[in-house]
Amino acid sequence: MEFEPVIGLEVHIQLNTSSKIFCNCSTKFGERPNSNVCPVCLGLPGVLPVLNKEVLRKAILASLALNCSISNFSKFDRKHYFYPDLPKNYQISQYDLPLAKNGYIIVNNKKIRIKRVHMEEDAGKLIHSEDSPYSYVDFNRTGVPLIEIVTEPDINSPSEAYMFLNILKNRMKYIEVSDCNMEEGSLRCDANISVRVNGSDKLGVKTEIKNMNSFRAVEKALEYEFKRQVELIKSNQKIEQETRLWDSINEITISMRSKEEAHDYRYFPEPDLPPIIVEKDFIEKLKETLPEMPDEKFKRYVEDLNIPPANAEILITDKIMASFFENCCAIYNNYKSISNWIISEIIQYLNKNKIEFIELKNLKPENFVELVKLVDEGRITSRVAKDISVKVIEEGISPLKLVSEKELTQLSDAKEIEKLVDEVINTELDAVKKYKEGKKNILSYLVGQVMKKSQGRANPKLVAELFEKKL
Amino acid sequence: MKLNELSALELLKLLKEGEVSSYEITDAVFKRIEERGFINAYINIFRGEALRNASKIDELYLNKKINDSQIIAGIPIAVKDNICYKGYPTTCGSRILSNFISPYDATVVKKIEDGGGIIIGKTNMDEFAMGSSNETSFFGPVLNPHHTEYVPGGSSGGSAAAVADFQAIFAIGSDTGGSIRQPASFCGIVGLKPTYGLVSRYGLVAFASSLDQIGPMARTVKDCALLLNVITGYDPKDSTSVNISKIDYLSEIENFEPKNFKIGLPKEYFIEGIDPEVKKAIDKVIKELEKEKFIIEETSLPHTEYAVADYYIIAPAEASSNLARYDGIKYGFRIEKEYISNLISLYFETRSKGFGDEVKRRILIGTYSLSSGYYDAYYLKALKVRRLIKEDFDKAFEKYDFLITPTSPTTAFKIGEKVDDPLKMYLSDIFTISANLAGLPAISVPIAKSKENLPIGLQILAPHFQEKKLLQISYFIENIVKEKEFLKNGI
Repeated sequence: MEFEPVIGLEVHIQLNTSSKIFCNCSTKFGERPNSNVCPVCLGLPGVLPVLNKEVLRKAILASLALNCSISNFSKFDRKHYFYPDLPKNYQISQYDLPLAKNGYIIVNNKKIRIKRVHMEEDAGKLIHSEDSPYSYVDFNRTGVPLIEIVTEPDINSPSEAYMFLNILKNRMKYIEVSDCNMEEGSLRCDANISVRVNGSDKLGVKTEIKNMNSFRAVEKALEYEFKRQVELIKSNQKIEQETRLWDSINEITISMRSKEEAHDYRYFPEPDLPPIIVEKDFIEKLKETLPEMPDEKFKRYVEDLNIPPANAEILITDKIMASFFENCCAIYNNYKSISNWIISEIIQYLNKNKIEFIELKNLKPENFVELVKLVDEGRITSRVAKDISVKVIEEGISPLKLVSEKELTQLSDAKEIEKLVDEVINTELDAVKKYKEGKKNILSYLVGQVMKKSQGRANPKLVAELFEKKL
Repeated sequence: MKLNELSALELLKLLKEGEVSSYEITDAVFKRIEERGFINAYINIFRGEALRNASKIDELYLNKKINDSQIIAGIPIAVKDNICYKGYPTTCGSRILSNFISPYDATVVKKIEDGGGIIIGKTNMDEFAMGSSNETSFFGPVLNPHHTEYVPGGSSGGSAAAVADFQAIFAIGSDTGGSIRQPASFCGIVGLKPTYGLVSRYGLVAFASSLDQIGPMARTVKDCALLLNVITGYDPKDSTSVNISKIDYLSEIENFEPKNFKIGLPKEYFIEGIDPEVKKAIDKVIKELEKEKFIIEETSLPHTEYAVADYYIIAPAEASSNLARYDGIKYGFRIEKEYISNLISLYFETRSKGFGDEVKRRILIGTYSLSSGYYDAYYLKALKVRRLIKEDFDKAFEKYDFLITPTSPTTAFKIGEKVDDPLKMYLSDIFTISANLAGLPAISVPIAKSKENLPIGLQILAPHFQEKKLLQISYFIENIVKEKEFLKNGI
């Protein structure tokens, strides 16, 4: 009997607003403990929450980017549990009337449905110290805005979960609502998993896994949990409905609490906040601002522009770079070549200088296209192109101008090249000897010598041909 | 007459004329508080700070620098101890907040300060405003100034007693189910619960958020209107505060033409079980109003009988949530170390010892009614009943400008009389609860005294945001009571 996993994800994403969801405190990460706090986020006696409109806007934008329908009437609810990092001992969240519902994203040509998206406040952080009898609480994170995204159990493999998260992250980054950094906690993911016989529609008992700190960890935890559940079934043992923790060191999941120990959150409507009424016009206006989503771009690049998937994958990671690429494509139609040169020159430049694409203030599509064209037309060699690309990227100088100033256009004049080839044959006697003895791969060395003499301008193809002819 | 026995408006006149100083008035009030400490109206008084503030105001008067917004400049005022005053304790009458110093001001406190009021102290109250007699306070009961064997009512019992006993010129209270009106009635003063959303709740320690409202308590209707002028106004810090333009409740308070108004007497409020003296006192006033050409008819609010039950689902449910934050972790009382073995025991012992019986009773009721499996049967149903109660009023106000009822079915009861019988205690609020459920403005005006010298109050309800008219008719009634000497002659 073959089994398949049935997976649903619950993803919490911190929205990158400058202030918290119900007060004016800063959301800045990494500040001194309890410095970004006020009576409201500390939940002192008598305080009241006031919804930050920017949170609502970004939450709607995120929901639209997940193809959800926005509820024109939703509300906040209180979710109760006692824990020292939760100053009111309830979290303001949304229960039965979430902000958005019924969305989806496409993963590998398969629709993964989004059940709901809702807004809520983050909790603080407990700090346990080895040398103190006390535990400490840092409330800086308390009240940082979150959206919770819940999928339907439409995911059928750990790698599909991984891909889903990547697409989700890229989408959120594109619409600039979150940086989705799992290590810093701006994205958190819990997974529900059960197994069933392949093709069956009967669901098994599910477990919830928590405590994964990377997308790979989610994938690994799901792989482990799938195996564990299948083994239990095969050995006729019962799967307990429970919450399990991912232990990333031993790469196993461990039981945390059973269904019986589950909290009764005693949800009820937050009386301090009026219902959230979202006007249709507002939604429409936000819809208009939505950019093309990265995964849709990827598909278009690969299918319509014939870009190698590996290139497309890289191009879409940065919205501004993707739009630069598209601007280049608008003036020159060798899309693949443009994509290759962006990846080999620009990405390398960014990595080397540890900067972001947006910081390339002088880079112009027309100059970059000119560079690619010069190579494509055989007027300069790749090596020359590589040499001058930094100037094109940094200073925005026209490559044509650079090339003509320095006489860097490719040497295709057979006579001039022949002169250089002869020179090399006369000086590199050793290499010539080896070539004649049958070590054909020494040819590239000889070609290299000619290239050196021509300062990279000789057409390497022509040079090689000449050598073959002469030797 | 002593300074502390004058009304705020009388004192303001004297202050403006330079006849008296705020320092003298404030000092007179503190002398009275000292003499009459046994009333136990205050949990904390701020003598030094208040006298300093009074001197500052006196200087402004001297230099003619009082500005237009300082409408109660130099008048001593008491604030209920569930309203945050920066730098001073806000205890809510509870052990669990007995050492809590508020780091911020409630909006109402800011408005009082901007108005030039002198905050003299924080008044005693039922613990977290849960009670109708002031007996649930961690700081001991308040005595009724008219008869010290009796309760002053609750939960704003300290504010009511302070005002009635001339230990303040007027005071701020809060009303969740009658907590301003019932003690006002028991202590023979005027107490107004404004429309929900008229006064900011920011800084009012929440009991039941959808019902709580801050309001003025004073010895005269005009003082009550004056204080309402100080504390109203839209507050962006309170999302339930209503953004309407500011109204002057004091101007035109005397311009009132009875024959234009219709009054309804809801029959459900004139049931058997009302103290005959209360009934008689109300009847006497109504007779006078009829003489004044008001149109007065019996009407019905058919869902009234469910109000108490409805309230005792909704209020405890919200309270169980609002009071969850008092856990000994961040501020307030925490159980001594030797009782703590783990996190749960810290919570358990702190809350067991920090809260009194009535508060714990309501937390338990509220926790139960919000539990999964019970929510629909209790809380959700209570919300539906609340809607029906509100609709009763909407219908009645299509026909009537005002509804008149007794404020409480009885006069003040003896200390200890009902404290062990919560159900009996809860019925003391039977006539005041509906206004909170419906969010309506309602006022209690003193109209008589019983044979035992205990005051009797009359309640008037009006449609949402009709405080201006409500205060006009209250002033009208106050004058009838004065003219006919109802308060002197007994019933």
